[in-house]
Amino acid sequence: MTDLAHSQIPAGHGGTRRDFLLLTAGALAGVGAAVSIWPFIDSLNPARDTLALSTTEVDLAPVKVGQRLTVAWRGKPIFVDHRPPEEIKAAQEVDVASLRDPQPDSARVKKPEWLVMIGVCTHLGCIPLGNKTGDDRGPFGGWFCPCHGSIYDTSGRIRQGPAPLNLVVPPYEFTSDTAIKIG
Amino acid sequence: MPRPVLGLLLAGLLGCGLGGIARAQEEAPTPPHQQWSFEGVFGTYDRAELQRGFQIYKEVCAVCHPVKHLYYRDLEELGYTEDQVKGIAAQAQVTDGPNDQGEMFQRPARPSDPIPGPFPNDQAARAANNGALPPDLSLITKAREGGPDYVYAILTGFKDPPAGMKMNPNMYYNEYFAGHQIAMPPPLAQADQVKYADGTAATVPQMAHDVVSFLSWAAEPNLDERHRMGFKVILFLIIAIGIFYAAKRKIWARVH
Amino acid sequence: MAVPPTSTPTSGFSRLARWIDYRLPVFTLLEHELVVYPTPKNLNYWWNFGSLAGITLVIMIVTGVVLAMHYTPHADLAFESVERIMRDVNYGWLLRYIHMNGASMFFLIVYIHLFRGLYYGSYKYPRELLWILGVVILLLMVATAFMGYVLPWGQMSYWAATVITNLFSAIPLVGNKIVTLLWGGFTVGNPTLNRFFSLHYLLPFVIVAVVGLHLLALHQHGSNNPLGIDHRGPQDTIPFHPYYTIKDSFGLCVALLVLAFFVFYAPNFFTSPDNYIPANPMVTPNHIVPEWYLLPYYAILRSITFDFLGIPSKLLGVLLSLGSLILLFFVPWLDTSRVRSARFRPVYRWVSWILVIDVIALGYVGSQPPAGFVVTLGQIATFYYYLHFLVLMPLIGKIERPRPLPISIGTAVLEATGRPGAAGMAERH
Repeated sequence: MTDLAHSQIPAGHGGTRRDFLLLTAGALAGVGAAVSIWPFIDSLNPARDTLALSTTEVDLAPVKVGQRLTVAWRGKPIFVDHRPPEEIKAAQEVDVASLRDPQPDSARVKKPEWLVMIGVCTHLGCIPLGNKTGDDRGPFGGWFCPCHGSIYDTSGRIRQGPAPLNLVVPPYEFTSDTAIKIG
Repeated sequence: MPRPVLGLLLAGLLGCGLGGIARAQEEAPTPPHQQWSFEGVFGTYDRAELQRGFQIYKEVCAVCHPVKHLYYRDLEELGYTEDQVKGIAAQAQVTDGPNDQGEMFQRPARPSDPIPGPFPNDQAARAANNGALPPDLSLITKAREGGPDYVYAILTGFKDPPAGMKMNPNMYYNEYFAGHQIAMPPPLAQADQVKYADGTAATVPQMAHDVVSFLSWAAEPNLDERHRMGFKVILFLIIAIGIFYAAKRKIWARVH
Repeated sequence: MAVPPTSTPTSGFSRLARWIDYRLPVFTLLEHELVVYPTPKNLNYWWNFGSLAGITLVIMIVTGVVLAMHYTPHADLAFESVERIMRDVNYGWLLRYIHMNGASMFFLIVYIHLFRGLYYGSYKYPRELLWILGVVILLLMVATAFMGYVLPWGQMSYWAATVITNLFSAIPLVGNKIVTLLWGGFTVGNPTLNRFFSLHYLLPFVIVAVVGLHLLALHQHGSNNPLGIDHRGPQDTIPFHPYYTIKDSFGLCVALLVLAFFVFYAPNFFTSPDNYIPANPMVTPNHIVPEWYLLPYYAILRSITFDFLGIPSKLLGVLLSLGSLILLFFVPWLDTSRVRSARFRPVYRWVSWILVIDVIALGYVGSQPPAGFVVTLGQIATFYYYLHFLVLMPLIGKIERPRPLPISIGTAVLEATGRPGAAGMAERH
């Protein structure tokens, strides 16, 4: 039996042909296996119906100056703030270098009177207060997260409390003067 | 001694004999075979045909039959652009809500909505159709023995009942429906019932063929991809069989 | 006992392998059981079906686990979740069709594997337990497949579940209580679906465990072979690797080709169109038919149309149908022949093939509406099935004159290839 063991076959006249065949067979098996795995992995990616819900269009016309609106996008709340001039001014006058996450207000808005952000605190994921009338907006007139006390200003930037980053601005664009498409 | 060929033969025997289970539609004849662009190993859908078929569905069938497993966004596969699909969707109203007052409301449909059926529930559908329930058509070509051939045969099989046959009230004679009495009135009764957007002559056989192609797509939207992938996989496996067989023979040469 | 691997000890991987192996001898085990393992040199292609069955089990589990990530086991949502898999989940249609057709492949392979065992006497001493474990696997497969078919909650799913669970009511005294327990309600419904999903997920892993035992039992005495005689030494065997690894790989490619044909070009060939209609408890399909691999048992069940010896026909049908599987457990003792392989048993050889025809006939009967000639055929075929195992097998073993066996596997192989060898009475088939 040992003389038939694979490792001791001398490579010779038939040897190279057998090696080529085995190599090709092994390569085919490898390629086949690799290609076969992809559908299993890709099936875990978002399905077409999930992707179809990946953009949300929001009509801004009913949101008056000074009003804030919450809409859902990809399962998360989006804060839309139709900022009055005092809020815009307060946001633009802040010394950017003193911020924990330095970002000028101009980098966070496309039109200064409209602030659009994902309403999820960057600390541990609670939804900050401030978007409903009567909510506590915190000392900067922005948003206040009740879970661990993170405080955001009128540009949604972190000013006090444990959150490391500003409230995230999602990708969006104005499809008209009074409508945006998020995502 | 028989080889694995026999194993495959067994598969064929069992499969052919038993795979087409319950072929007997009792009293109805077997529907004649039609030519379909998507049949056979190299079959694909014809998008122009699917668009015409969708038009028939929308203008004729949708009055009674839902296709609840189809979403408006699926129509992009028929060749419509995103904006066209948005336009088609916006023509329909869907129920949404509850709003902040707790009420349900109507709004235009979006591509991410399923295509709404004509009735809010089965009971309403029955009430409007003399107690008969028009089935959902999303899977109809897979849910009937004979598939597309059967559905085509039903659509074109309406005729006058033979002399002496007593028809039940609100029933129509159909040559290919089991029992020959069907509750559906002939939906495609005359040519040019629908004006095709692409100008094709709308004869009854043409309309029936187009709508059945559309319904086949509705039941199996992935057929094109499946056939394409199948070709590559089977080609790969045939080559692999050749290589592995040669390798096997080479390795076993020592023993034989 | 830690055996150093044959590769050079200086490479990093080999050092790691030796470190692991000294503490947990996986590499030694693999080397012993899958590489150098002495296997009879004369196995034919009927012996491919064991490894094919194992690989198909893996395919079913992998596709099944991924499908379960998208499936919803609730009566109101199940059908739609399957359609979502078919339409929206990336490659969902592929996973579903592989799982569906893989089940048919699995049964086809296992039935051929079983027939190989019957024909070549692989169930005989000392492999009786190996055979019994195989029958246990088959029973678990039948249960798993039955429950799996219910999950899409189509018309056939619902009504097959109703018919088969109703069979338990045939049990005297406690039958109806058992059925209610199985259903979790007054009919097949959501509670039934949920528990079937749980068990359908569980049982394949039980099958894996039993397959492990099956392989353990196999390696105790090694494989049988077409001649049915024990191997006596190294001249009769060859190492499993590379000979049978390459042969099994080749067989796998062929099996995958068959599976690919069905998955890509005829994915609904084996299934009933009625299962694309959502389950409706108020409407029974014209013909309730199980999947093809359960048709023979269904045929036996329906062919008992009369009471017998005070046993109601329904109960008798259930007993004989289940019995057709249970009977297999006793095959090692029902067959009285001292010769294993049917190659050397001229009468039993043909009788085995007649059994195959009988089972195919039963399958045909199961697929047809139970009327007229079909009923009679079913009764004859059921009778013959039991006749084969209870009468023919014991009798033939006793009265048959077997052909003379070759001296050894080695000499038989040498004779078959025409090379000079020891005088052996090898048969060429």
